[in-house]
Amino acid sequence: MQSSTISFLKKKKKQILEAWMNNQLADATLREDLISNDDLQTQSEDLLNALLKALNMGTTDLEAESLQPVIDILSDLSITRARQGFTPRETSLFVFSLKKTFNQILQQELKDNFQLLYQETIEISNMLDSLSIVTTETFIKGREEVILRQTDEISEISTPVIRVWEGILALPIIGTLDSARTQVVMENLLEKIVETGSRIAILDISGVPAVDSLVAQHLIKTVSATRLMGAECIISGIRAEIAQTIVHLGIDLSNIHTKASLASALKLAYSMLNIEVRRGEKKFQG
Amino acid sequence: MDRIPILKMGEFLLVTIQVDLYDRLALTLESDLMNMVSRTEARGVLIDISAVSIVDSFMGRILGNIASMSKIMDAETVVVGMQPAVAITLVELGLTLSGVHTALDVEMGMELLRKKIGPTPTDEEDLYDDII
Repeated sequence: MQSSTISFLKKKKKQILEAWMNNQLADATLREDLISNDDLQTQSEDLLNALLKALNMGTTDLEAESLQPVIDILSDLSITRARQGFTPRETSLFVFSLKKTFNQILQQELKDNFQLLYQETIEISNMLDSLSIVTTETFIKGREEVILRQTDEISEISTPVIRVWEGILALPIIGTLDSARTQVVMENLLEKIVETGSRIAILDISGVPAVDSLVAQHLIKTVSATRLMGAECIISGIRAEIAQTIVHLGIDLSNIHTKASLASALKLAYSMLNIEVRRGEKKFQG
Repeated sequence: MDRIPILKMGEFLLVTIQVDLYDRLALTLESDLMNMVSRTEARGVLIDISAVSIVDSFMGRILGNIASMSKIMDAETVVVGMQPAVAITLVELGLTLSGVHTALDVEMGMELLRKKIGPTPTDEEDLYDDII
């Protein structure tokens, strides 16, 4: 890009910013509910400053180090926007409207020199297109991070380890068990065993819709791991159809304590710990 | 060369592993422990691995071996304090240490050992003395 054009752009900065803001505000898809005009102004000004500074160093190559501040600003911006709930279209429009503005300004300035106008327009377009791709890429990355975090949270929430009695933990599993989830379940359970010093863990699978050979294998692994730590594991809530599948699949659960309901598992746990629970006389009058 | 101390507590032997076991150390521990069992006629071996954070299949096998060897010499083996990560690793390696008893901590391990070996032989000796 020619130095005369760059210095011209620098001189016209205020005008560019104004035109750019107008271009952005004119667009029908702008989400005024998500971002205030002042914020938009600040963001635009920051980006324009960084961009002009980079241009001043004489490069439009995306790999160049001088463009790094610009890319950083755009990445921050698009990640924030991804979290705020902007669409990809709205986010990339931010850069595209700048391209439009640059082209308008250059057109006015260089209308007598078509050759130069053509050259500079192409160059600016190329650079802003690349920047726009960066924006979209980071936007998608930001969204993916949100999704990953939510996935983690869901698997965390859906596997609570409850201390039902002194020395007895219960872990009601709700939903389909897959490898990743079983890993979380196993880790949570083992951590909690260490933390509370519980000797018995009850795995309640009445909320698991189906058990296939893989899930059964995961369950057996969990039971073995608890045993290695020095605790006992009881599996409860095995429903009729699950019992049928397990037997049909030829899975041997015979050396694992299994109970039909959480209540009977709790009873077994009491007897293993020599705890007696009795119905007594009512001591106070309600 | 490093050695893991083996403490005698009455009729039990107590081994607390405070360092990560590398292969040679594990082998030395195995032979030291077996010598100790035969010398002291211990009835139980308690191995505390709460400070061990890394295991491999070799160490898993050593633990299994120690249990089987002690069993032949009439001593029960209890492994206590296994870290969750270690347990998961062993299970993933397919080593469930079926011959080894486990407990959460040393206290529970001792309790388990006492339960496993039944009444102490000293009582029987006293009884025998009385009869004579």
